[in-house]
Amino acid sequence: MTETQLAAVSDRGFLDPKHSKYPGIFGWIFSTDHKRIGLLYLYSAMGFFLIGVMIGVGMRLELLTPGRTIVSAQTYNDMFTMHGMIMIFLFLVPLPPGAFGNLFLPLHIGANDVAFPRLNLLSWWLYVIGALTILGTVFTPGGPPDTGWTLYVPFSTQTPHSVTMAILGIFIVGFSSILTGINMIATVHRLRAPTMKWSRLPLFVWGIYATAWIQVLATPMLAITLLLVVAERLFHVGLFNAVKGGDPLMYQHMFWIYSHPAVYIMLLPGMGIVSEIIPVFSRKRIFGYWAMAISVLAIAGAGSLVWAHHMFVSGMSTAAVFVFSLLTFAVAIPSAIKVFNWLSTMYKGSISLDPPMLFALSFIFLFTIGGLSGLVLGAAATNVPLHATDFVVGHFHYVMFGGGGVAVLGALHYWLPKIYGKMYNKTAATVGWAIFFIGFNLLYFSMLILGYEGMPRRYYNYPPQFTVLNVISTVGSWVLVIGLIILLTNLIHGIFRGTPAGNNPWDARTLEWTLPSPLPAENFATVPVVTHGPYDFESPLESP
Amino acid sequence: MNHASVSETNATARLGMWLFLFTEIMMFGGLFLLYASYRVRFPQAFSDSAQQLNIWLGAANALILLTGSFCTTLSVTALRRGSRRLAMILLAITVLMGGLFLFNHYLEWSGQIRAGIYPNSPVLDHMSHGEILFFGLYYVTLGLHGLHVLIGSIILAVMAVFIGRGSLTPEDTIKLENASLFWHLVDIIWIFLFPLYYLMH
Repeated sequence: MTETQLAAVSDRGFLDPKHSKYPGIFGWIFSTDHKRIGLLYLYSAMGFFLIGVMIGVGMRLELLTPGRTIVSAQTYNDMFTMHGMIMIFLFLVPLPPGAFGNLFLPLHIGANDVAFPRLNLLSWWLYVIGALTILGTVFTPGGPPDTGWTLYVPFSTQTPHSVTMAILGIFIVGFSSILTGINMIATVHRLRAPTMKWSRLPLFVWGIYATAWIQVLATPMLAITLLLVVAERLFHVGLFNAVKGGDPLMYQHMFWIYSHPAVYIMLLPGMGIVSEIIPVFSRKRIFGYWAMAISVLAIAGAGSLVWAHHMFVSGMSTAAVFVFSLLTFAVAIPSAIKVFNWLSTMYKGSISLDPPMLFALSFIFLFTIGGLSGLVLGAAATNVPLHATDFVVGHFHYVMFGGGGVAVLGALHYWLPKIYGKMYNKTAATVGWAIFFIGFNLLYFSMLILGYEGMPRRYYNYPPQFTVLNVISTVGSWVLVIGLIILLTNLIHGIFRGTPAGNNPWDARTLEWTLPSPLPAENFATVPVVTHGPYDFESPLESP
Repeated sequence: MNHASVSETNATARLGMWLFLFTEIMMFGGLFLLYASYRVRFPQAFSDSAQQLNIWLGAANALILLTGSFCTTLSVTALRRGSRRLAMILLAITVLMGGLFLFNHYLEWSGQIRAGIYPNSPVLDHMSHGEILFFGLYYVTLGLHGLHVLIGSIILAVMAVFIGRGSLTPEDTIKLENASLFWHLVDIIWIFLFPLYYLMH
């Protein structure tokens, strides 16, 4: 190796301490560099994810046998509440925009940072403070909330558990989510390189952009709704209290006006990630670029109008059930457009089954199962018997974990070599993926069948006829965790000991790959000139 | 930094502020939604309760906020034209208006509370469902709005300090513009709250 090559290899880019304003860890937690903040988000959210996984495995262990296995009914309630709050508010909502959006959206559009770098750092701080507040409820005398993550009234206004503190934490995390959304929208509108036209935006950018709009417009509704729950708890205002004339159903409406679109906050970035991976590993331009971009916006728009399909059995009028059922089916159209366009992109492509592609393919498979089981629930007639069963749990884990979560794993395998300049062991990743995928389906498909047979959700106990499938599901959770451990250890090992990845290991065409790996601190030395779309594989990669 | 890049950054900051105002509108939107839903259910009780509120205090508050809005807008123009002293005086008037608004609120609420009408009070709990909901929403919505008036006043006071210290200059007024946008939002929300709670009998 020549000296310049050695210098290039030892250059740690933005990771190098010489780019820190402050010593040690302070150079990270007070950095306004979008890449460092992205990594802060990645590590904190992955940490919370692992806590959530452990609680989930604990719940599956409780369900290994009928009756009490390891925890009491009350502890089980606390566990599924914390599992839901962690996975939703601390992992799937903040991670994709906060980590990958922060790291790669500015690079994708040829910018040197986000629009408001200091606000960006504030977002992360608020996120961590809110997260610790939520987790801190575990150590309060009242104990963690036992209401389920949905915090339905009247129970949430009456339980002695620390609901007020948890809500405070969610409120702070929500504020952080809003600020990230504002930042992403402003960045896309204002900081694109002059030659980065809207028609040349990578689909990941479209995904984050649509997500950001939902974050900005829907999160405030959650904020006010939860504040009203606090008002009920502290001042007994009565707005959701039937005794005083209030309507508990209004709580459900207002809660789901945020929380259904939040499903798309968790999913749309994942769809963007998959739309990046599939063309690269099929060596083909994305099929129907504009259909893909518009369908993301359509999902965000239509998805904001379907909230009450969570409430079919709540005593809503049949007219409302009909309308919301119809609108729910409408969301399937843009979702199906995306699935068919991914498949068409692969058609006659030169497909290589590298680890990121395996995750993208399993995203399509699992998301399709989640989507189709969602249609079963979207139809009012089938919803009524299935609503309070494990079928719902199986369904949303296929969508959220099989969609959003698997996309995060795919993104890690796609982009970590870029971030650190080191390639992980691809064989280990493939083995880990296979074990994860098998475990996933054992775990959640059993739930679909269990629910179909009538096993209620949120119960720590069940009649003996459900034992076999519950055992399969619990064993599935162990298999999944083994796969996850292999995947994450392999990635961490790759970060430290991996072989040099080079600047563009996947031969992709988006702008981040024009830069050295690890990424340089200042991104682009000159404003990049873009001459073609993000998936034009016949054109060479643009020089930085 | 050259002039073009300052105006670019300002446009970005303005966009960010507008996005933030959207979130405020959505947040108050939740309370408007509740109001609409409960008013449809209890039209008579809402109408009767509205008559118990003092229209003159509400109208005075509308006038006070509008005067504040007028002054912040003038203060932006004043700063742009280089009259820093005038800009600071105008901001001080706005902050004063904010204080006056909150004082009116205090008068109104202390009157209600003396009459025994506040959330979970024995008097209110013996009234009809519609009245409990009206006054519940009244306290929550006007309380949240009052909090925004307080925050807006503090922000504008800080802006006046910035002008005094020279960190807000006639060339770069974006912070003041955004602060004044926030005040306008608080103002316009009152323009909707006033008829909903005081006028619609």
